[in-house]
Amino acid sequence: MVQYTQTHFNASFAALSDVTRRGVLEQLARADASITDLADKFQMTLTGMKKHVGVLEQAGLVTTEKIGRVRTCRLGVCRLEEEAAWIERYRQLWDARFNELDNVLEELKRKEKADGRKKRK
Amino acid sequence: MDARRESEPNRQRTTVTRQSDRELVVTRTFNAPARLVFEAWSKPELFKRWWVPKSMGMTLHSCEMDVRTGGKYRLNFGDGMDFFGRYLEVTPHSRIVWTNEEGGENGSVTTVTLEEKGGKTLLVMSELYPSKEALDAAGTGAADATHETFAQLDELLVTLGAS
Repeated sequence: MVQYTQTHFNASFAALSDVTRRGVLEQLARADASITDLADKFQMTLTGMKKHVGVLEQAGLVTTEKIGRVRTCRLGVCRLEEEAAWIERYRQLWDARFNELDNVLEELKRKEKADGRKKRK
Repeated sequence: MDARRESEPNRQRTTVTRQSDRELVVTRTFNAPARLVFEAWSKPELFKRWWVPKSMGMTLHSCEMDVRTGGKYRLNFGDGMDFFGRYLEVTPHSRIVWTNEEGGENGSVTTVTLEEKGGKTLLVMSELYPSKEALDAAGTGAADATHETFAQLDELLVTLGAS
């Protein structure tokens, strides 16, 4: 889990370290676009743009979908990251509950001990 | 997938595992005998004190629970926000199973088992949904997380653009 997060974090930063890729993200934030559109806009070869989109896709920042002969790119968040995020929120809720439950249990134990002492007297 | 984290010293760790497409499992050890854990889970006046931690930002207005097989419960958080269901099985000090019916047919069934060893109690809680889609939807989340991540990305892009 930690390993995964670290790797993923690095992938995101590597993806964002390039000015063209940041431009692509800004472009996709405005509207979905095909690889050809993006290659035109950034005056690059199709192959070059495919590589950039591949890096963004691997980092989970972009998803692509091929319809017919056109590959459309849009901003995306990888599924694993979404799942890890909500499982972590769920875990935090239970962790907070159980920490409170610890306090209640400590109190019950103290009470039992005190009652036990009273009974022995 | 495990989501674990070291918390404060003396605190036990809470782990969450997605056991299958439609089941989440939570585990936690308590430094108390099972009968006390069961008591804290089955007496409304005790239950109320831990079920709604401050970080949840919610207030429990009323809490009715009839913790025995076939009994019902209803928790009200005001504004018609109710959580309710039935206890399918209650075995004192070791097992509580209940339905979560506020979600209609996509509601989960929760099973809590308590196992005492050397004065400590291992609690295992399973939340079983009728389908993978129901569990995913309960993750509330997915949509929120996407939104949040994009907001963070926006900020990051602004920072990077400025530098």
